[in-house]
Amino acid sequence: MPYKIKEKKFSRKNIRSNSVNLFLLVLPIVIFIFSMFIGRYVISPILVIKILLSKIIYIDPTWHPTMESVIWDVRLPRAVAAMLVGAGLSVSGASFQGLFKNPLVSPQILGVSAGAGFGAALALLLLDKLILVQISAFIGGVVAVAFTYKISKIYKTTPLLMLVLSGMVTAALFSALTSLIKYVADPLNKLPAVVFWLMGSFNAVSRGDLVFLGPFIIVGSAVLVLIRWRINVLSLGEEEARSMGINTEQLKFIIISSATIITAASVCMSGIIGWVGLVIPHVGRILVGPDHKKLIPVSLILGASYLLIVDDIARSAISTEIPIGILTAIIGAPFFAYLIRKSKSGWNY
Amino acid sequence: MKSILQMKKGGFGYMENNFIFRNINFSLKEGEVMCLLGPNGTGKSTLIKCLTKILPLDEGTIIYDGLEMSNLSTEEIARGIGYVPQAHFSAFPYSVRDLIVMGRAPHLGLFSVPSHKDFDLVNESMETVGISHLADRPCTELSGGEQRLVLIARVLTQQPKILLLDEPTSHLDLGNQIRLLRLINNLAKTGLSIIMSSHFPDHAFISSQKVALMKEGKLTGLGSPDETVNEENLRKVYGIDVKIKEIKEGINRKICIPIV
Repeated sequence: MPYKIKEKKFSRKNIRSNSVNLFLLVLPIVIFIFSMFIGRYVISPILVIKILLSKIIYIDPTWHPTMESVIWDVRLPRAVAAMLVGAGLSVSGASFQGLFKNPLVSPQILGVSAGAGFGAALALLLLDKLILVQISAFIGGVVAVAFTYKISKIYKTTPLLMLVLSGMVTAALFSALTSLIKYVADPLNKLPAVVFWLMGSFNAVSRGDLVFLGPFIIVGSAVLVLIRWRINVLSLGEEEARSMGINTEQLKFIIISSATIITAASVCMSGIIGWVGLVIPHVGRILVGPDHKKLIPVSLILGASYLLIVDDIARSAISTEIPIGILTAIIGAPFFAYLIRKSKSGWNY
Repeated sequence: MKSILQMKKGGFGYMENNFIFRNINFSLKEGEVMCLLGPNGTGKSTLIKCLTKILPLDEGTIIYDGLEMSNLSTEEIARGIGYVPQAHFSAFPYSVRDLIVMGRAPHLGLFSVPSHKDFDLVNESMETVGISHLADRPCTELSGGEQRLVLIARVLTQQPKILLLDEPTSHLDLGNQIRLLRLINNLAKTGLSIIMSSHFPDHAFISSQKVALMKEGKLTGLGSPDETVNEENLRKVYGIDVKIKEIKEGINRKICIPIV
């Protein structure tokens, strides 16, 4: 906020914005460390920090090798995956809400999750090999959005309303196809696999997944972070944005393709997780206001922290794992209801 | 003085063979204010949108500063031509300062965010327009008059050579209308060329050097306010009887009185 320099240094606003910044800096670190020591296998917090640091500096290993393996091969990849997916979905959600000038939009609006879900279900039915399921899910997501984009194209433009309506059509179509697969799947082993996969979970995440899918989420999010200020201008409507020199078709295409790649890669990693991309940007607006210059990075941090906490609950609340897609909806839906009733901050009706 | 914006045989239609306007010719000189008069639905707003290529022409050409507009990118056009829409709606309550700095978009790269210098320009244009006190207010909680001024400050931050104002005085009270026309006159004195549409022939007498009368997608009159805004032309355009009177007594201006 360079323009604030002229104001009094210790105004109430500055103190508030400084404490918000500090909070956002500390939050993900604290949650990350916390996530490393909760779980069935008890490891003390000090030992956790020692094990983590031992990879950077030499520390005499006083711990059992199993502990190192639990942290390094199980909890760490899982935590990183949850943070990547949470950050990616939230950044996509915030960008889509700006693009569509509507705070009720989620990254799934163009049908990416429905398409990816169908891709995954089809591969689970026919191939049943994890890597092929992931590839199929990714292709399904991208194909669904390409389809949406194609049917909403009128001459050289893609009006926003057409995009939303085409997205509904695409999502309905792919959901129906997924139901068809469930219907024909063998109810003893194939059907449960499809159902559990669609409900979402991080329990199958490996380090390989991070290496292959992580870059898609990181690059997509980086692009959205870089163009974040232009989303402000685009959110005023296409005519106004054009009058201020924005190539609206190009910018729309960049936002849609980045968000699609992020969401498709997220579904590959952890199945369909709803309510994150919708709710987190609202929390961001309460903290820093509607300016996308701040909102996009803040959504990234909040999303990463939020999904990591929810995943901690998913894997440790009860003796069996709770599918995370169920938890994000159970937490997200009432919280969203609270937000829209309680505060008008950040958007208009 | 040389002409900075010129339309030759311009025509546009949202659907094929259904032209909103057609065969329009005019030119605008540097520092000139042109007032576009005509009844509702005659294509004034559409014409203005075509002049900044929000809508590309279907027929004819627009020459901006010696260059053909169809060859220029949206960004190049926005650096020279600023547009203020008739109505503005924002889904998000950006602060006035954040809304005005968006005018810097054509000067910034795809990955840039506005810097110190851009915010200095914002402060300057807020001062020019007289709205510095609104800087931190949410843009969704402004009165109609304030909102119009904020949009003008935004277009000034764009640093264009030509301003296109679509009914800048609509929905404003009498005082705000006149203050806005005064602002337009002052901006023209600094060398800006301005095209504005209006529903009041009086506004042409107050702040224009040129008037274009538009009816059913055609220009029916073009010239100085004195020659063009006369009783006969107004009857043709609006279909009512009008008296034009010259008022002395320190005002020295023509006024237009509709006969009921």
